[in-house]
Amino acid sequence: MKASAGGYARAENVRHALDLLAASGGQGRLLAGGQSLVAAMNMRLSAGDLLVDISRLSELSGVTEQGGTLHIGALTRHVEIGSDPLVKTHAPVLAAAVAHIAHAAIRNRGTIGGALAHADPAAEFPACALALGAEMHAEGPDGTRTIPAEDFFEEVFTTALDESEILTAISVPVAEDGEKQVLEEVARRSGDYALAGLCLVKRAAGHRIALFSVGPKPILATGAMTALDDGDLDGAVAALAAEIDPPSDTQASAAYRRHLAGVLLRRAVARLKGDNQ
Amino acid sequence: MTGHFRDKVDVSLTVNGEPVEARVPAGQHMIDFLRLELGLTGAHASCEHGVCGACTIRVDDQSVRGCLMLAAQADGAEVWTVEGLTDTGAMTDLQDAFVARNALQCGFCTPGMLVAAEELLSQSGTPSRAEIREHLSGNYCRCTGYEAIIDAVEGVAQARAGKGAA
Repeated sequence: MKASAGGYARAENVRHALDLLAASGGQGRLLAGGQSLVAAMNMRLSAGDLLVDISRLSELSGVTEQGGTLHIGALTRHVEIGSDPLVKTHAPVLAAAVAHIAHAAIRNRGTIGGALAHADPAAEFPACALALGAEMHAEGPDGTRTIPAEDFFEEVFTTALDESEILTAISVPVAEDGEKQVLEEVARRSGDYALAGLCLVKRAAGHRIALFSVGPKPILATGAMTALDDGDLDGAVAALAAEIDPPSDTQASAAYRRHLAGVLLRRAVARLKGDNQ
Repeated sequence: MTGHFRDKVDVSLTVNGEPVEARVPAGQHMIDFLRLELGLTGAHASCEHGVCGACTIRVDDQSVRGCLMLAAQADGAEVWTVEGLTDTGAMTDLQDAFVARNALQCGFCTPGMLVAAEELLSQSGTPSRAEIREHLSGNYCRCTGYEAIIDAVEGVAQARAGKGAA
């Protein structure tokens, strides 16, 4: 089908974009890489939007490291996340995730901020952000605020962002010495959404496990984390099965997804021990 | 209140090396713009939600889903389609290899395949069959079963690296 847009405006800077959103009467929709939004518009899942094109805002793109924090601009494209030396060094699970996200042509346009704000529960980056303990930086009419990943993802395609706000960046603590980060997922074909996926981060303070495609939002598996901290892998798998409530759909049953989650946790732990990420 | 938003957007870009100025509908994607306004029917509009790859074009030296990029976003962009890439001879060897290897039958996917494959070939190194398959994983072909396409791309990769004949 063909998209139905209510209008288009090209933002010149963040303030201009915020003003455009404010002027849109609630019909405003931020257009970044467009790899989910334009598809949704073409399928008429979204119609009549007043598009605020922020894709040219170079100040929202790029990766820097300062004082133990990796700062990733919201408009940094997937292909850049996958090849950026700072990301590879300090948040390798984000770089690893890129290979699982759709296909090359889509990774050339899609942005990390767009993926996070879209909050598809089957997407990799939201779960990575949760596992890494990332912080989301938003700018709105009244200034800036920082939202922990734990509080950011609320429901399917729903985040803590207000309609008037723009996600400007994500920051993550740089990986400490000896930190391990792995991502495991099962998809039917390369580039498909995962049937189930899991991010595992091992730090001196303990393990962090976040899952995607097993519920309405990325899920921090705190029970499994505690069991894994105690060295009890079987207990972690059991805890994981109890703390997720995956959906059944045409791709996979809930029981299969729950089974996969345990398999992925065992694979991830095996990779940690084998240090072959 | 909404006067800032336009339902028609002025864009100035280059397409296949030629300057183009146009006023495009806000919701029109690049493929409809190329096909309906410029008569460049090489890139195909098929699934129109980013799955099939038949609309793959080159924008600012990268492969892009033409159906997932609005024409309004192309202001200042350098766009190449299979027509222009054919005229420049940039991928004649790849096109010849597709013919020689029977890497197309109906040909619907071929323009997108060529642009996607050429992006991989333009990157450093000689890609393996697995890397070729992965890079083309977003381009559907309903005729060939893919093996002949991988053969063609692999042959060109090796030929360009001076390792054998395409």
